[in-house]
Parts: sequence; structure tokens; C-alpha cells
Amino acid sequence: MKTVFERTETLYDRPTHYCPGCGHGVIHRLIAESIDELGLQGRTIGIAPVGCSVLAYNYINIDMIEVAHGRAPAVATGLKRCSPDMIVFSYQGDGDLASIGAGEILHATHRGERFTVFFVNNAIYGMTGGQMAPTTMLAQTTTTTPTGRRSNREGYPLQVCELLATLPGAAYIERCSVHDAAHIRKTKRCIRHALQLQLDGVEGLGLVEVLSPCPTYWRMSPSDARKWLEEEMIKVFPLGRFKG
Amino acid sequence: MSEKILITGNEALAEAAIRAGLEAYFGYPITPQNEITEYMARRMPEEGRVFVQSESELAAINMVFGGAATGKRVMTSSSSPGISLMQEGISYLSGAELPAVVVNIMRGGPGLGNIAPSQSDYFQATRGGGHGDYRTIVLAPSTVQEMADLMFPAFDLADLYRIVVMVLGDGVLGQMMEPVLLEKKQTHRKLPAKDWALTGCAGRSQNIVKSLDLVVPRLEKRNLMLQEKYRRIEENEVMCEGHLLEDAEIVLVAYGIASRVVRTVVSRARKEQIKAGWIRPVTLWPFPSRQIAAAAERARLFLTVELSYGQMFDDVRIAVAGKAPVHFTGRAGGAIPTVEAVLDEVKKLMQPGKVAVER
Ligand SMILES: Cc1ncc(C[n+]2csc(CCOP(=O)(O)OP(=O)(O)O)c2C)c(N)n1
Repeated sequence: MKTVFERTETLYDRPTHYCPGCGHGVIHRLIAESIDELGLQGRTIGIAPVGCSVLAYNYINIDMIEVAHGRAPAVATGLKRCSPDMIVFSYQGDGDLASIGAGEILHATHRGERFTVFFVNNAIYGMTGGQMAPTTMLAQTTTTTPTGRRSNREGYPLQVCELLATLPGAAYIERCSVHDAAHIRKTKRCIRHALQLQLDGVEGLGLVEVLSPCPTYWRMSPSDARKWLEEEMIKVFPLGRFKG
Repeated sequence: MSEKILITGNEALAEAAIRAGLEAYFGYPITPQNEITEYMARRMPEEGRVFVQSESELAAINMVFGGAATGKRVMTSSSSPGISLMQEGISYLSGAELPAVVVNIMRGGPGLGNIAPSQSDYFQATRGGGHGDYRTIVLAPSTVQEMADLMFPAFDLADLYRIVVMVLGDGVLGQMMEPVLLEKKQTHRKLPAKDWALTGCAGRSQNIVKSLDLVVPRLEKRNLMLQEKYRRIEENEVMCEGHLLEDAEIVLVAYGIASRVVRTVVSRARKEQIKAGWIRPVTLWPFPSRQIAAAAERARLFLTVELSYGQMFDDVRIAVAGKAPVHFTGRAGGAIPTVEAVLDEVKKLMQPGKVAVER
């Protein structure tokens, strides 16, 4: 039999705790594959956020640190400044990065910190059970917007890439998606590119935003969730490169 | 050969931290400790070490978290409102057992309070202002020389026990100048290798720095392990000074700047034939409960003097355990108890025939 696909070395062979159709597992794999392709397993430090991906270290076999909700960019600053030869990345959800940690990501970018951020935008708070995130879509119902998000009450979905791309400290900002195979491949290229820039010592922060389905709290089937992401989310969160 | 130089407490502390092997400093400006941040901004790059002015104290303590995880010696400094913001981070550092030094040059509170000296953060420092069952070692200098000297054990204790060490000074100690001998103090502590540090997993298995454990019995076990560590620290690391305790009828207990008022009060009281003595805790946690309990075997009464409305007072009462009445005198909001006022209190308490009732 011909082997057409193999688990990359940096990914543990373990059953997943993620829900069916969740994007986190795919994104973990893309990061692990990129680390292996660049030969970085032994010299990378990853940051697991507070959120559904808090246990990322159970899947990605590198040195990792779990940090307080939203503070990953500050922790990454400490890590990278103290160990400039290490490759440092944070992995953060939209509640983590765009809400409670908005100050930390803004200022880490502003300072031009030389680490990489993988920002997973699923338009909702997964871990706490489906509350509104800053990135929740208008009219989207969540447990804290039971009648749908309204701009005159909860504001508009926060566009992180657009915001951070205005800062001189940002070296590379791109938004991708994992709703289908072609886009997953493209996301992989972005993740790898961002790590490569850090490896090359490029000045400034690299951030890859990944639109990612949350079928459980969007209350959709995995295939409907992928469709909704493609048809609705991308309208508000256009894919593409914003910086670099 | 070193010579005494005249510098502020904040600068002495900063220079000593550098000599104690500080590799990265993260901080956000706040009075009355800006001299530390400014000194670090100048000196750390000179030494090829890390200095970052963070966007907030929240960020500073989390930068400390990251830096500590790499195994480097790291610290931050702030004053009361900033230390309040750091409490989440201190809890996480404690949960993940990362060594770090946090300096609090206390100012008047609550809220924005003022920039005058205070000792009103004792509860926060010794009880843990963050969540969870954790402890931080708390060192309380009382002179500019000691602001410098205590930085050496501070970093060693942090590394030895993988714990947060807080150095608790106040606005007077930070701002005032005294002659200081700056040396590289050897503490002769054998420090464990930091094999838990995040240095890249090449040639070994993955290191994970974390505080989460969703499995109840496992987190309980982890807590018990932390408690065991805290008991070891209580057993081995108490530092305290006492004077004239052999025949003391009244024992004054004070730390930091208040202890300097108390020394003068005690020598003045002795001149007036009042048998007074003093105890000065250097470690506020672990608290010198045994030393105070021993003094309580002989003394008739205790007087706690603080720049607060009675915080360490609680610990003194716990240590005295009803063997003698414990009184309190103090001021807060930036005011300092005068020698005269404390001496008057001593005389009032020591009036012949007076039955001392607490407070
Ligand atoms: C200080 C603090 N506040 C709140 C929480 C509770 N909390 C845990 S995860 C989370 C939001 C997670 O959402 P997101 O970052 O979007 O990640 P996801 O779970 O969707 O992947 C919240 C509010 C916490 N752990 N700490």
C-alpha cells in the first residue's frame, strides 16, 4: 500500500478533545507540520492560551507554556526577549486576543516584537459555552446575544488584521481560513511563511488570523458551519494579506 | 575594595539586583519607585541584559512570567496600585512555580491614594492578593543598605524554591539617600538546576510550564505539594531581628521604616526606666511567629507599630496567642507615626497598676 499522508513528528498520536468540525485540530496540525518542515521542533516555544486550545501542549510536542487569559503577547515578549534564538509563537482565540488581551496584542505589535501569533477567529467564546466574542457577527445569536448581535448595542465585529496592519511594528499580517482543503493548504503556507520570517530575524510581529468553524456553538452541523464561514464570515473578515 | 556611596534606596535596590544576576527587567512607571525603572533602563542595556518598559503592570508581570519560564533571573517593580494589577500574574507564577522577584515600594491607598509612604499592602503581600492557595516570600528592608542586601537572598530564594519573592519597601526607603556599601554578596546557597525551563526540547522530552489541571485529585496533589514547600520555607527561611528582649516587659513589633521609629522609641523608653525591647520581622512571610511566641513567654504586653491601621497586628496576635495583650498604633495615608507619639503610647500602656486591655 502507498502512504499518502502521515502524521508529522511534532504532532502527538492522541485522541482529540475538540468537537467534530472544530478548526483547532487542523490548525494545530498545520503549525506542527510547518515546524517540522522548517526543522524547528527543538528550538520553538509555543504559548497555549485560555480557551478551547488551552491543552494545545497535549498535541504539539515542543516546549510550551500556558498563560493567563489574553496575556500571551506579554508572555511572548518575555520569552523572546530572554531567548532571542528561540522561535516563539502564541496561539490565541478571539476572546483571548481581541477582547481581554486587546491591550497586549496591540502593544506587542506596536513594539515590533519578533514573535509570531496564530489567531483563531471562530466568532464566539467556545470554552465557556458560546458567548459573544468581539468578532461575533451582526445578528449572530450567542448565549449573551440571545436575540442576535446588534451594532447599536454590542458594536461591530472587530477586524483585528485591519487594525494591526496600521502599526509600523507589524511585519506580516494575513487572514486565512480552514473551511475547505484549498484554504487549509493556503493557511499552511501562511503559517510557514510567518515562522520563516521570524527565523530570518525580520523586525516586527507576524500574525496569521485563521477563520475557523465552531459547529457546536454556532449550533450547526460541521458542513453547515463550513458553509456559513465561507458565505457569511469571509464577507466581514476578508481573506488576504494586510501587511508584509 | 568597595566604598560607601550615597544613593537612594530605589537605586541601591536596582544596582544590587543587577549584581545579583538579574537578566531581564520589565516595568511600568509609577511613583515612588520610578528610579528603579529608570536605573534599569540605563544599566541593563549597558550590561547587555533585557529592559522593557511594558504597556501596563498586567503586561509587566506577564513578561516576567515569560522571562522566568526561560530560566533567566527576572524581576519587576511597582508601587501599590500597580501591584494590585499584578495579582493575577503572581497567582499564575505561583501555580506554575516560576521564580521571580517583585518589588513593591508601597504608597498611600486605597485606590489612587497618594505617593507618600505606606505599609498598607501587608495583607495583600502576605495573604496573596491573587486567587488560590499560594504564598510568596516577603522580604521587608528597613534601610537603604538593606534594600540592596536583600536582593541577593531574594533571587536565591526565588530560584531555590521556585517561588515569587516580594520585596516590600515603602516610599521613604525608596526615595531617601543613605550611605551604602554595594557588594556582590555571596549567599552560598546551592541552587537546583532549572531543568524545567523552556529552552527548546532538542535532545529531551517536552517541557510544559502550566498551572491548569482539570483532574481534581491531581490538582489537589499539586496543592499539597505546594503546601509542603511552604512548610519547608516556614521551617527554614524566617529572618528577624530583636533587641533588649531578655528583660523586656513591653515588646514593640515593627518592620521596614516603622522599625526605625521603634528603635528610637525603645532606646528613649529605656532611658526613662521602661523595660522595652523590639522585634523586627525581616521576612513578613514566613512570619517570625516562634520568635514572637518566645518573647511572649516573658513580656507583659506587645505593641505593633505600622504605617497602616493594623495589618501585621493580626500576625503578631496569632503568634502571641493570648499569652499577652497586643496593642496597635499606626497611621496611614502617607503619615508616619512620630517617635513622640509612639513613646507616649508606650508610657500610657506601661503606667503602673494599669491593666492592659487590647486596643
Ligand atoms: C481572567 C479570565 N476571565 C475569564 C475566563 C473564562 N474564559 C475562559 S476561555 C474564555 C473565552 C474563550 O474564547 P476564545 O478566546 O474565543 O477561544 P475559544 O475557546 O473559542 O477557542 C473565557 C472568557 C478566564 N479563564 N480567565
